[in-house]
Order: sequence, then structure tokens, then C-alpha cells
Amino acid sequence: MLLRHTPKEVAERHGVTINPAKTCQPVGAMYAALGVHGCLPHSHGSQGCCSYHRSALTRHYKEPIMAGTSSFTEGSSVFGGQANLLAAIANMFTIYDPDIIAVHTTCLSETIGDDLNQIAQKAGDDGRIPAGKKVIFCNTPSYVGSHVTGFSNMVAGIVRGLAAKTGTPKDQVNIIPGWVEPSDMREIKRIAKEMGVNIVLFPDTSDVVDTPQTGEFKMYPDGGVTQAELATVGDSIKTLALGSFASEAGAKQLDIDFKVPYEVLDLPIGLSATDRFVQALASAAKVEVPDSFIAERGRLVDVIADMSQYLYGKKVALYGDPDQLIPLTEFLLDLNMLPMHIVSGTPGKKFEKRIREIVGDRIPNLNLKNGQQADMFLMHQWIKNEPVDLLIGNTYGKYIARDENIPFVRHGFPILDRIGHSYFPTAGFTGGIRLLEQMLGVIMDKIDREASEPGFELVM
Amino acid sequence: MRKIAIYGKGGIGKSTTTQNTVAGLAEAGNKVMVVGCDPKADSTRLLLGGLAQNTVLDTLRSEGEDVELDDVIKNGYGGTRCVESGGPEPGVGCAGRGIITSINLLEQLGAYEPDQNLDYVFYDVLGDVVCGGFAMPIREGKAQEIYIVVSGEMMAMYAANNICKGIVKFADAGGVRLGGLICNSRKCDFEHELIEALAERLGTQMIHFVPRDNVVQHAELNRKTVIEYAPEAGQADEYRALAKKIDENKMFVIPKPLEIEELEALLVKFGFGV
Repeated sequence: MLLRHTPKEVAERHGVTINPAKTCQPVGAMYAALGVHGCLPHSHGSQGCCSYHRSALTRHYKEPIMAGTSSFTEGSSVFGGQANLLAAIANMFTIYDPDIIAVHTTCLSETIGDDLNQIAQKAGDDGRIPAGKKVIFCNTPSYVGSHVTGFSNMVAGIVRGLAAKTGTPKDQVNIIPGWVEPSDMREIKRIAKEMGVNIVLFPDTSDVVDTPQTGEFKMYPDGGVTQAELATVGDSIKTLALGSFASEAGAKQLDIDFKVPYEVLDLPIGLSATDRFVQALASAAKVEVPDSFIAERGRLVDVIADMSQYLYGKKVALYGDPDQLIPLTEFLLDLNMLPMHIVSGTPGKKFEKRIREIVGDRIPNLNLKNGQQADMFLMHQWIKNEPVDLLIGNTYGKYIARDENIPFVRHGFPILDRIGHSYFPTAGFTGGIRLLEQMLGVIMDKIDREASEPGFELVM
Repeated sequence: MRKIAIYGKGGIGKSTTTQNTVAGLAEAGNKVMVVGCDPKADSTRLLLGGLAQNTVLDTLRSEGEDVELDDVIKNGYGGTRCVESGGPEPGVGCAGRGIITSINLLEQLGAYEPDQNLDYVFYDVLGDVVCGGFAMPIREGKAQEIYIVVSGEMMAMYAANNICKGIVKFADAGGVRLGGLICNSRKCDFEHELIEALAERLGTQMIHFVPRDNVVQHAELNRKTVIEYAPEAGQADEYRALAKKIDENKMFVIPKPLEIEELEALLVKFGFGV
């Protein structure tokens, strides 16, 4: 028992979070910035912040994550970080030659009140930004929100710093995919292509954090949305923001700056949410959904029907980021499974509202909490009181899964101890099959492991 | 060695009062160090005859960690040892962090060691205690005594009361005590009585009433303390008296801050001269 000290009784808690279900804002800002081609993320703060955020991403994506730091000293904390950031910008453009530097703040630079807008302006005025190069930025204080907030802030920063319009309307749809895996971004692009819709997907980390081994190191991999593409997003028909927590801020900024209307959708995970995404994309671009796609959907429905006996009525606990949990909950209900306990460390009242809307009266004793004190400890306590048949969430759930002997599907960020997430999408109809395969795999493994010898079935 | 911190509302005359009092103590044969904890670095101007000081933080920035005590301490009037902690220009960085850094550095460099033979250390702290950094001089048993400079004006008394709340907070952990209120007169009505009454309510004393006198202005223009500039003036004797009272002070208390209503009632009572 690794977590033997977690008591069953849930006591009222104030001001203490135990094993939080979230991490720092800059982790998200860094990930979003990597989704722009030729972009070097830069952490404005002490070196330790930058090291942690890079390693958090490296451990999940199994790729080297490059980023600069302002390397604050005691002196920079007192006198402000401007001198360090100006020097860093000049050094990075000289030594590492990125097209874009994406600066995000840290708790320290936020607290002393460094003004990135003014510093970036000064870097330009002083001639530290070579012609054609850009410095974009956003504020990411980690005492507000979570890593999802940081992602969202950087997406808005990308819009403020790089989005533009030519003035000629373009037959294209902007898609902000939210914080999903590079495999999911690749899948969203495939779906759009199959439907014959021109899209600009940003950020796009496919071919950035899932690069092939070629024997050659590329500081700036081939992937990522290009500056040229971003220079036309103001001409698009519409923006689809997938997941309100990670994507709505960027879409709203595009609307403010260029009057591009936007629609907020759930992440296309599972049957219903993917249906809505495909429908929204088809109606925005005024195209028909192709037959090949209807077949793809049909295969997912077929798997659900075939395997229903293993899914029906199974209780599930899930935790992670709001944008993922919302469509996952809906998918579980579509499978006639029972999402019993739902936890997210990311604050925001609309999360609970949306989950309750989806669940309705189907789970009368639903346990649901997000924000402060919505942590892994609470999730474990809930599970002790109302055991579940399946646990879905990031790697940090493995302790609970082991102690309570619960089949465990890794989903979300971070996944530190398995591979696959970078390569096999869970978005879209085929992604739904992947999710089902993962869930059924662990559920059936447990049945096999614990079956009596006469009850051990060859065919399942 | 006694460590004393001087607090009070911005512009009340903390630096002037501190330096004149220090001059009085030095004149009486005490070895005194003054640590200015204000980013403006003007807490030792009168003792040094001008702003001729390398601040601790400027030195730290230019020399790195290899700072020597002699780089940041300068001798002023009557053998006083003068240090300015310094800080960022207005609007950037974190002045509070600067004070923490600079006081830690002075400790590391041995500024308070017995071989310095100090009788007194005075910390002259900027305005209100706006954040943790400005409370540094009273944290962890650094300064044991606090004097608050105040006048009969509402905002000055309000600030004094607030500072008392800070002292209460640190009194248990750091052992800091309030030594008294120094009234730096603004010639308000019944000012003497008002501050005495405030002191009594706070559970402390008005240690001295410093009258208003233009000679202070003249001395400042000449970059000198009154004691140096006009040693025969009556005002110089006032500062000597304050220095003597602090030297002989035995009354150190944990103050009892007032509720705002009480404070206003007190002001109204004396303000209308009832």
C-alpha cells in the first residue's frame, strides 16, 4: 500500500492541497509556443522554473524541449528583469536563430511586476530583434489557474503577436485544438482534409514533439503553424475553439482583432463530441460529410455494440483537465458506463456547470470537484467510499490504481511511464476506438487475471 | 549593542529625525551605524554631507557576490557608520526584496560583529510597511526596539497605528518591542496632548515632542544635521534630549493597536479642542 495513509473519511479541508491535479502555467505556455514553427519558448524568471517546465514536457513527449531562461539572480529580483530579458533576446537571436521568441513569465517576474509589453517594445526599439523576426509574449503567474490557463494565455499571445489579415476573405476555417497530443492534432488535420476543408490549425505540435529519428538534430523541427499561415487567420470564415478552457481566449482575441466569429466546441473525444465537431466543421465550410467518414463512425458504433457487455454499468473515476474530462464524461455515458468521481485541479465554475448539464440525473450521487483542494487525495478518498471499475487519468493515478486494484487507462497530461499518446490519437471516431481498446484491454486483463481456472475464458 | 528601527508615514521626517538623533548619540560618545532601508538612498545624506554613498544593492549588482564591507560602509559625522541599502528605480523590480537582500548581506559581511564595537544600529525604513521586505528590520530579532515618528495629522496617526499592528505580529516570533512615539510637530491643534493620548491608548509613551523649527530646513540645505550645522540652536538641544531619552529608555512594550473608530474618535475629541 503506497498510499496507506489516505483515510476513507472525507474531512472538510481548507488551504491544503495533497497531490494536486494540475501543474504550473508556464508548462502550458511552453507547449503552446512549440506549436508555432521556428519558435523558441523563453521563460522569464529563474533557471529552476525553466528546467522544471522543460523536463515536465520532455518526460511526457520523450523529445528534447528547447527553451531559454532569463536566469534571474538576486539582483534581477530587486532591480527587475528587464536587463536580463533584453540580453537574452539578443543572445538567442544571435546564437540560436529562431524566427520567433515566445516569452512567458514566472511567479517571480509576475510578483515583482515586470512589464513584458514594455520590455518587448524596448527590445525592438534598441534593435535587438532582427528584421523579420518576432518576439511574442504572455503572462503566466502560476498562482492563478493551472497549466491549462498557461496554454490558453499563450494561444492568446500567439494571436496578439502573430495573427494578421490580408483583407481578402479566405475559404478556410481556423481551428484551435486545445491542449491535445500531437497525434490528435494530426488527426484533426486528417479529418479536415478528408472533408475537403481548408484549415489553419494553431498551435500545432505535430512534427514538433513527435519527430522521426533521422540521425540529424533539428533545433526547430518541420512542424508547427507557420507565420505565413497565421498572417491569414484574420481572413478566415470562422474559428472553431476546441475546449473553452484552453482555446476560447485565443478565439475571442481573433474576434476582437479581426472580427472573425468563433464557436466554442468540446474537444472531439468520443462519439457525440466528434459528431458535433464534424457537423460544425461541415457547416462552417459548407461541405458534405464524406461517406468514408460515415463508415469510420460506423466502425466505432460497431465496437461499442460488440463490447457493450463489458462496459455497461461499469463505474469510472476520472481526473485531469476540464476540456478532456467534459467529452470523456459524455463518451462514458454514451457507453452506458457510470462516471462516478470527477476531479480537475483547474478552477472555473463553467466546468461543473457543463458536467452537470451532460450528466443530468443519470448519476444521482455524482462526486464532482474542480479548483483548489480538488486533488488526487480527494479522488482516492471518494474511490474508497464508492469503489470503481476503471480509473482514467494521467500517470499520477498509478498509485491509486495499484493500491485499490483498479484497471487504469492513462489519458491526459502528463503520461510519464507509457508511450503511445504521441502517436495514436484519442480524438475523432478512430480515436474513440483507440480509447475503447485501451479501456477494454485493462478491464479484460483484470477479468483474466482474477478468473477462477474453470471460469478462465478463451473467447471474450 | 542596541538595534533600533524607525518607522512612520512617508514624509513625516523619519530620516531627518533619525540622523539628528544619531548625531546626538554620536556627540555623546556612542558608536552608531545607520542602515537606510529606502530605495531613494537618502537616509544618511545629512551625516555624510551629501548623497556620496555606494548602495549595497548597486555594489552587489556591479561587483557580484564579492562585496567587502568597506565597499558599502562610509564614515560620517562623529564617526557614524553609514550604509544605504538602495534599490530599484521607481516602477520596476522589488524594493522589499532589496531590503531583505541587503540586510542579509550586511549580516554575512559581519557588519554587526563585536569587532565593529557598535553601541547602536539604526534602521531607517521607508514609509508604510507595504510588504514583507519592509518588515525585514523587525523580523527574526534583528531590531529589538522600534520608535514611530508621528504628528498630530490623521494620516500619520493612522500609519502609526498600522505599524503597531505589524509590531504585534512580529513581537512573539522576533521579540521586537515598541519604545515609543516621537512626535515631529506639524503644529496641529493640541498636538502634544493628542499624541500623548494616542501613546497611552497604544500602551506606550510619547518619548519626545520635537517642535517645528526652520533651522532644520537650513541644516538640510547645507547637507548637515542641526547638531553639526547649528550646535548652539535650541533645536539641537531638542535632538540631544531625544537621544538622551532613547539612551535611557526602559519602557519597551507590545503595543495594543486601536480600532479605526477609536482612532477617529480620539482625533475628533482633540481636533475640536474639547
